[in-house]
Amino acid sequence: MDTILNVKNVSKTYQSAGRTLTVLDTIHFAVEAGSTVSIVGPSGSGKTTLLGLCAGLDNSSSGSVELHGIQLEKLNEDQRAQIRNQYVGFIFQNFQLLPTLTALENVMVPLELRGEKNIKPRALDLLDKVGLSDRGHHYPAQLSGGEQQRVSLARAFSNQPRILFADEPTGNLDAETSGKIVNLIFDLNKQAGTTLILVTHDLDLASKTGRIIRLKGGRVVADETVTQKNTEYNMQNTESESTN
Amino acid sequence: MSPILNESSDINYNRRLNFPWLAKMAWRDSRRNRSRLLLFVSSIILGIGALVAINSLGQTLQQEIDSQAANLLGADLELSSGKIITPAIKKRVDSLGDRRSEQRSFSSMIYFLKNGGTRLIQVRALNGEFPFYGEFETIPITAGKTFRNGQQALVDQTLMLQYDAKPGDSIKIGNTTFAIAGILKGAPGQTGFSASVAPVVYIPLSFLPQTGLEQKGSRINYKYFIKYDRPVDIKKLVDQLEPVLESEGIDYDTVQTQKEDSLRSFSDVTRFLSLVAFIALLLGCIGVASAIHIYVKEKINTIAVLRCLGVKASQAFLIYLIQITGIGFIGSVIGAIVGTIIQQFLPLLLKDFLPVKVVPHISWTSIWQGIGLGIIISILFALLPLVSIRKISPLNTLRMSFEHTSIKDPAKWVIYGLILFFIYSFTFIQLDGWIESAVFTISVVLAFLILSGIALFLMWLVRKLMPESWSYLWRQGLANLYRPNNQTNTLIVSIGLGTALISTVFFIQTLLLSRVTLSASGNQPNMVLFDIQSTQRQQVLDLARKFNLPAEGTVPIVNMRLESVNDITAAAVEKDSTLGMQSWIFSREYRVTFRDSIVRSEKITAGTWAGTRNGPDGPIYISIEERFAKRNHIEIGDTMVFNVQGTVLPTIVRSMRTVDWNRVQTNFLVVFPTGVLEKAPQFHVLMTHVPSVETSARFQQAVVQQFPNISIIDLGLILRVLDNILDKVGFVIRFIAGFSIITGLVVLIASVLISKYQRIQESVLLRTLGASRKQIFTIASLEYFFLGAFAAATGIILALAGSWALGRFTFKTTFVPPVLPIVIVFFSICLLTVFIGLVNSRFIVSKSPLEILRQEV
Repeated sequence: MDTILNVKNVSKTYQSAGRTLTVLDTIHFAVEAGSTVSIVGPSGSGKTTLLGLCAGLDNSSSGSVELHGIQLEKLNEDQRAQIRNQYVGFIFQNFQLLPTLTALENVMVPLELRGEKNIKPRALDLLDKVGLSDRGHHYPAQLSGGEQQRVSLARAFSNQPRILFADEPTGNLDAETSGKIVNLIFDLNKQAGTTLILVTHDLDLASKTGRIIRLKGGRVVADETVTQKNTEYNMQNTESESTN
Repeated sequence: MSPILNESSDINYNRRLNFPWLAKMAWRDSRRNRSRLLLFVSSIILGIGALVAINSLGQTLQQEIDSQAANLLGADLELSSGKIITPAIKKRVDSLGDRRSEQRSFSSMIYFLKNGGTRLIQVRALNGEFPFYGEFETIPITAGKTFRNGQQALVDQTLMLQYDAKPGDSIKIGNTTFAIAGILKGAPGQTGFSASVAPVVYIPLSFLPQTGLEQKGSRINYKYFIKYDRPVDIKKLVDQLEPVLESEGIDYDTVQTQKEDSLRSFSDVTRFLSLVAFIALLLGCIGVASAIHIYVKEKINTIAVLRCLGVKASQAFLIYLIQITGIGFIGSVIGAIVGTIIQQFLPLLLKDFLPVKVVPHISWTSIWQGIGLGIIISILFALLPLVSIRKISPLNTLRMSFEHTSIKDPAKWVIYGLILFFIYSFTFIQLDGWIESAVFTISVVLAFLILSGIALFLMWLVRKLMPESWSYLWRQGLANLYRPNNQTNTLIVSIGLGTALISTVFFIQTLLLSRVTLSASGNQPNMVLFDIQSTQRQQVLDLARKFNLPAEGTVPIVNMRLESVNDITAAAVEKDSTLGMQSWIFSREYRVTFRDSIVRSEKITAGTWAGTRNGPDGPIYISIEERFAKRNHIEIGDTMVFNVQGTVLPTIVRSMRTVDWNRVQTNFLVVFPTGVLEKAPQFHVLMTHVPSVETSARFQQAVVQQFPNISIIDLGLILRVLDNILDKVGFVIRFIAGFSIITGLVVLIASVLISKYQRIQESVLLRTLGASRKQIFTIASLEYFFLGAFAAATGIILALAGSWALGRFTFKTTFVPPVLPIVIVFFSICLLTVFIGLVNSRFIVSKSPLEILRQEV
């Protein structure tokens, strides 16, 4: 299979109060197209920073990130925006819908931005897939959290991305709604053949992906292919780390 | 290479901006913010309104002056001279035109027989059919023509009102009694303003001799109005006449020159008012910039999401730029409408200054200019916060952090440069001089910086020095001044500058009035009698003593003209501007006295005082005023040749004096020694002090009845006239400057409403923690009170500094701050700020927290 994401010795440091703070330290891994990967780790381990770097939202301090064969460090912010629009989909913990746009308009934005025509039927079809065909003209404030995340999912898939980045997609939802959203994510992902990179605390959710990369203190401490057995082990292990 | 890589190489990074989509996004994004956006630009509405109103008035005036130019002059050609013209010239004048009128005007006293009222007026003795264009506006209408038929007069309406006179009543001018034929409401070229300074009375020229006021030495202005019934090239005619007229010291005015003069004067006025209005607009723009700054901060998340979805920095920037442009357009259109409405009232406001009748009409040029200006300036000022959008990272979707564009951002400097260039260009269009425009631009920037500096200093001071012992409510009220998203700086600048402008005008008015009042306080002279003939001198002194008035003596005055200085004549100065002399020194008439000693208001600064001429053939040593000498490069030992009604007097400058012109005293540029002018045609001036209004009235009546040729100025009259002038001028300036304060208050309303969400959160939090509605109300009241107090205090301090500087350097007098007006201005601004602030935040204070949260969040 082709490699869609190649993270090579990536480090990220910040200057804080005259000191250098290393958030990510020589991270190295590759993700194959069409696979599902979760990044887990305790708070402050650098998960979200790594997601930001992989998605081209930020630049690494050293090392390189290749997305879809394109080295992101060589691009400026506007070129990275173009890459995101072309190949990347996002799902956020707090949904991040545009508050002044209706559900339908939110789904259409990535396509409009690409200058595509006849996008409304496609957007409506996506809303239908997430079960919101009758809520297209509602504004985010008029939707529940679960509904907002479903709109967010429809938007994420609207540009038929090669890779989908999800940052704690169920973090703001109750258990029942979370379950439904997770199923939707995986169903849509399977249908579209998209690569899924998931950042989560939820090990139950992480276990649904084919691979788990575990971070601690800005370093990769484990990178495992998921089987039923090691999922149980990992769950126990991560829980004990979190309590420590 | 993998197939994926081949695909990726197809990406076109130079994707076009897709303007229709950006416009659509701008529209969509504005959905829940339209009323707020309109609120942002509301602060420029008044500035645009004031500018459109003033420019419309300027345009209307230009058109009216253009169409009524002939009515301004009343004739095709007007010749005027300060002395009687020679028979040869008179013959030439009489050969001009098909119809002619002659007018002699001078100052004299009017005496109302009915009630004994007296006042200094301007007498205009007229013959012929003048005005040939336009007419005298009189009540009754026919009086403008019929007064010429007999011993009748047209009396200015201000005089008629002041002395409760009616047509048919009698007045006495000089030795002659006239019946009032009608009330004079207007004459060609005359403004209500000029009438209040020197009320006019027209009498037939044929009755002038019998008034006895036309005597040798009297200061009479001679005018000849000429009318052609056939088409004549007046300019060509004037060009032919000019050499003769110039040599005789005769001025001329044609319809064209009169039109140009009027246009120049009024364009000066409208330009000045435009600049005052422009300041209000700039203040509004600072409000816009400040509001957009808060708006952009609230939009960080939306922009970050858009960036995540692939929107370029320039596209995100353009979405909001389109919004601001649209809303700037709407604000400017509203401003233009407001301006057009205000314009309907401006002629009423300025009616005393206008020489023509003005019927306001819509000026599309001004409206389009106003709209264009509004859009450009709102964009320019909005760009300052908008450039931050370029720096908003998509990472904000994952982790919120707003990075201000630093002062080092070159884009900001470009925008500052553009703003300065725009202010300079606008000013240059108004002032038409690059130095003046640069001075104005620098002054505006400095004023803004000073006010902003004071605002920042006050905020720092409050933060540092707030006493811990103060109650929580007071501390919270004060702390609100420097909390995030505060508008303290903007409000102090806008309300402060408005207060400074209005207070300065008021302080200067008070300063000038008090100077006149002070100059005659105690036993200083407060009445001047002039035009006293030599034969009347002793009798007038006796009369004054009879009224127990101090009258030590009279001062002789001889009128003369300057022929040359060191053999340099007017003609030489005209030809060679490098001679360092101003040509007016040869064209003006000098009122000169002679005495053997200096007086209290004078001090010799160079040379020696001559005092008395050394024998009838000795050299004539004169003394001249120091500044007059400096301006014209005249030195001790220079020769000055004067012409006293045909007699040429060569003199030598022997001394220079400083003169305290502030004193009510006969002060002179040139003083002759005794032994030279005693036999020259002269009149005398008497200065005295009248203790009361009643004595003043009785004494004036007695003088006018006994010596009708003598004119009297009493300080009460000067004060009334000055008060009147300053009131009228001050009102116009205050009216336009008032837009700055109102703009400040609009910015306040906008800032209260813009920070509504933040205030609601605080209110809810405080209420949840147990604060009562009354306590929330008190905190809000204190916050607005402090805001108003700081703004007012800043404005007043600036006004005091400005007034002190003007008093010290321009008016050469000590400025004493008027305490009561300062207190009134201070508390008025404070109360207004508290009122406006509370009215606009009542929804936060008066409703329950839950109710607000449901509505607003």
